[in-house]
Amino acid sequence: MTDRAFGASIKRKEDPRLITGEARYLEDLNLTGTLHAAILRSPFAHARIKSIDTSKAAAHPGVVAVFTGHDFMDLNPLPAAWVVTGADVHTNTPRALEVEKVTHVGQGVAVVVAEDRYTAQDALGLIHVDWETLPVVVDAKMATEPGAPLVHENAPNNVCLDWSIGDQGATDQALGEADVVVRQSLVNQRLIPNPMEARGCMAQYDPAGQAYTVWMTSQAPHVMRLLMTAFVFGIPENKMRVISPQVGGGFGTKIFLYPEYVLVAALAKKVGAPVKWMETRSENYVATTHGRDHITDIEVGATKDGRIQGLKVHTFANLGGTLSTIATGIPTTLYGRLLSGAYKIPHFYCNVKGVYTNTSMVDAYRGAGRPEATYVVERAMDLVAAELGMDPSEIRRKNFIQPEDFPYAPADNILAGLKYDSGNYEGTLDLALNMVGYEDFRRKQAEARDQGRYLGIGFSSYIEICGVAPSAWIGLPGQGWGAGLWESANVRVHLTGKVVVTTGSQSHGQGLETTFAQIVADELGVPVDDITVEHSDTQGTPFGYGTYGSRSTAVGGIALYNSVQHIKEKAMKLGAYMLEAAEEDVVYDAAEGKVHVKGSPEQAKTIQEIALQAAVAYDLPAGMEAFLDYTSYYDPPNCTYPFGTHVCMVEVDVETGAVKILRYAAADDVGPQINPMIVEGQLHGGIAQGIGQALWEGAVYDERGQLVSGSMMDYSMPKAQFFPAIETGQTVTPSPTNPLGVKGAGEAGTIGAAPAVVNAVMDALSPFGIRHLDMPLTAEKVWRAVQQKGA
Amino acid sequence: MYPGKFDYVRAGSVAEAVTLLASHENARLLAGGHSLLPAMKLRVDMPATLIDIGRIPELKGISGGNGSVRIGALATHAEVAASEHVPAAVRDAAGQIGDPQVRNRGTIGGSIAHADPAADMPTPLVALDATLHLTGPDGDRSVAATDFFIGLFETAKQPGEVLVAVEVQANDVSAYVKMANPASGYAMVGASAVLAMDGSVCKSAAVAVGGVTTLAIRTPSVEAALVGSTLDATAIEAAARAVQNDLGSDIMEDIHASAEYRKAMATVYVKRALAGAVARA
Repeated sequence: MTDRAFGASIKRKEDPRLITGEARYLEDLNLTGTLHAAILRSPFAHARIKSIDTSKAAAHPGVVAVFTGHDFMDLNPLPAAWVVTGADVHTNTPRALEVEKVTHVGQGVAVVVAEDRYTAQDALGLIHVDWETLPVVVDAKMATEPGAPLVHENAPNNVCLDWSIGDQGATDQALGEADVVVRQSLVNQRLIPNPMEARGCMAQYDPAGQAYTVWMTSQAPHVMRLLMTAFVFGIPENKMRVISPQVGGGFGTKIFLYPEYVLVAALAKKVGAPVKWMETRSENYVATTHGRDHITDIEVGATKDGRIQGLKVHTFANLGGTLSTIATGIPTTLYGRLLSGAYKIPHFYCNVKGVYTNTSMVDAYRGAGRPEATYVVERAMDLVAAELGMDPSEIRRKNFIQPEDFPYAPADNILAGLKYDSGNYEGTLDLALNMVGYEDFRRKQAEARDQGRYLGIGFSSYIEICGVAPSAWIGLPGQGWGAGLWESANVRVHLTGKVVVTTGSQSHGQGLETTFAQIVADELGVPVDDITVEHSDTQGTPFGYGTYGSRSTAVGGIALYNSVQHIKEKAMKLGAYMLEAAEEDVVYDAAEGKVHVKGSPEQAKTIQEIALQAAVAYDLPAGMEAFLDYTSYYDPPNCTYPFGTHVCMVEVDVETGAVKILRYAAADDVGPQINPMIVEGQLHGGIAQGIGQALWEGAVYDERGQLVSGSMMDYSMPKAQFFPAIETGQTVTPSPTNPLGVKGAGEAGTIGAAPAVVNAVMDALSPFGIRHLDMPLTAEKVWRAVQQKGA
Repeated sequence: MYPGKFDYVRAGSVAEAVTLLASHENARLLAGGHSLLPAMKLRVDMPATLIDIGRIPELKGISGGNGSVRIGALATHAEVAASEHVPAAVRDAAGQIGDPQVRNRGTIGGSIAHADPAADMPTPLVALDATLHLTGPDGDRSVAATDFFIGLFETAKQPGEVLVAVEVQANDVSAYVKMANPASGYAMVGASAVLAMDGSVCKSAAVAVGGVTTLAIRTPSVEAALVGSTLDATAIEAAARAVQNDLGSDIMEDIHASAEYRKAMATVYVKRALAGAVARA
């Protein structure tokens, strides 16, 4: 071992099985005698179920059984795991199948279990539901207005939560005293996350042990088991095993407990055979959670020279027809608490109304609240710059939190006691400006305008909250998070010297099997190939809260690091004993994977020799237990705060309104990088999704609550040919929060990208006097704005 | 995404396909399957029988000579895009359909027979006055492209007929351009221009627009404005604006483009198609 494993762009351990098609996704799993479920979903956005006639479907050849919601009344409704204070009396969650009424298109009301999935699908057409349709509301702001249709009796005006942070009086005063105040309404449109693999579930019930085994496409199998057993089924946790097989992406949508998982597990017991359900893409569009969907009014005040004095934010957050698992936490804690961005802003006030509408559930989608906050802050910076005639890079520079200000607590306690850990925001801005040749671009832009061509440049100096944890913070009284957020890791060095890691984190595309192995290899001095990382099975892995919020490395990775430290301590004790040296006279050489006598590297025992001795245990120091095996539980004292500056250059074809991205440069600081290639991949994917939101994506409902953008023929997924090569650059500012200094990189791209693109387009359109257009910046929207202003 | 039950038969020749069509109720012809299968998976289309014509040798291939080219109905979009015999406008269109996988499986015959109003291929074929060859129980017949497309997913092909080939005059002073729907890639507006030049003067012009109305249409006002012109930028601009006289009032509209926007873009894309054809003169 000479090159450090930490920081090496080694190829991913998981890729051979993925590339060769050997990986086993849920769709690849089959047990003998598996039956297939198909779910009858509501075609209406808001309707009462008067009656359901399943008799014809039940008589259809090949159908084993047909059930409705009445058959599952022994199961509780799904739990809301994050209930912001005040929302508790307005909580409405789905059941396995809805019984009385539906509140969005796509809610399940009946299920067919058949010998094959084609037959199950055929039989759905034979079920007759007598519906009584009800008035529909889809827009979150309109839903709160007098006379709007009421989605749930227990939520007057459709308001589920009304949440405020900051200092309203001080902010009003700051705005009153500011030289300029800019007001703007911003829509952060609803997105459909579209992981490559849709959701699915397979379950088997063992009557002898009275226990369920449930395979599901989950980012958080331990949490799924907890929620299903303790909250829905009312059975002990040890009566259910949850396994996530290979999971093909989630982007947040696979964190949550969904009705189908509960339903399929219950069906397996009812029909006495394994039951499988695999979501179709059409179902995914209506039955899986959506993201974003905020309508926001901002007021931002500044001095003449561009110092921001206060930011006031009112947001209507659309939560959908029922609450998904952590729906209320996303537009509150993960949104409002980030509104200081990278800047020293003296005063804040933020009010969020979480609103029920007759639309699909809304919950975390890559970035989860933080892209929405960053969009507010980064658009606010540009709007003030435009008002003052300032350069957008200068206004950022003028307001940045400076390196000496860390740890930094955003004003008015909006971060609820935590402080930004570390940062050098100007460093990434300078790097980004150098990468794109800013001065040169401004020259070209002026020349182009003379020729009637419209180029623009946009910045986004984002920060994000990653490594989402401190249990004591997220679980503060009034926050509503109903659990902790620590992580765990077990490390065992087997007698052959091979290492097995089990983790409560879950990998669904992040490459954790590789990066976690690199952490162990780097600390223990064993080859990466000798390390296996096992995850995603509640049987055999220690409890963990799952993978989301860019938290697996900064929380789960540190639990792993800590376990390795304990292994090393024991190895040094045993190594010293084997070398007949005193414990204080030996050192652990992580580069070589050896314990040796200080000053005498040749007097050494390899970790493999020590592991063998520990395992066979013929000759151990007095009192020492056999085997090198340790489990750590890590609950960090703070979140981590990655940051960066993204720069986008565009050209707008004013004849058509089409926006073309000329260059995209991302200067990111995610702390030390364990595998830079994986980090870069995460950034590319995130940036693609952020650009997708800025220019193309958007869920569209009609006034009847039908999802008009209900397929990939209608919903504008970003495609590879839409993008230029993404340029990336890094600075490295370690987090003082954890021993590896790592911060997290899973969401940075998504958080940084959308405002950079929108700011660039607005810069291009500035000669027309256009200050703001809402996303997505479709060709027609841009064309209309130019027609209106240019005429 | 699970189709209903259907039977599958394979035809070895066009004659056999015609016979099978006559003897099967609610049967559909399967070529590349790129429009039919998605519709079946959504159960929007539930044929009782699929007659697979995808391996019939006489439907394959592209052959040119004497100023005209015959494109077999089973020629894939990729083959059409790469063929030196095919007019430039048709190559342009074929090369912009879907993605490489779609272009490698989808066929020109399937695209024409499906007659999606936003499809690319009808537009240049209408501009080029292509002839479509059909075989049915009563033998062979030919239909001009302008007569073949009747409306939304509606053509002059009778239920018992098989589209066999497309015949078109070679002309590389032609172009097809489109504004693609960002979701589907189909044309929100497509325009094709076909020119014949006499020195620097336009002798004849054929211009078609697709994606805007329920079928690809010729634009006589544009064409009239072009003939006799030297096709400088001003002349092209003025001629393109004349497309507004030819679009009628039945303009398509969806979440990606309003009728007003489609109309405005028709002018822009006719202009760009003309500029593209002129550049090849």
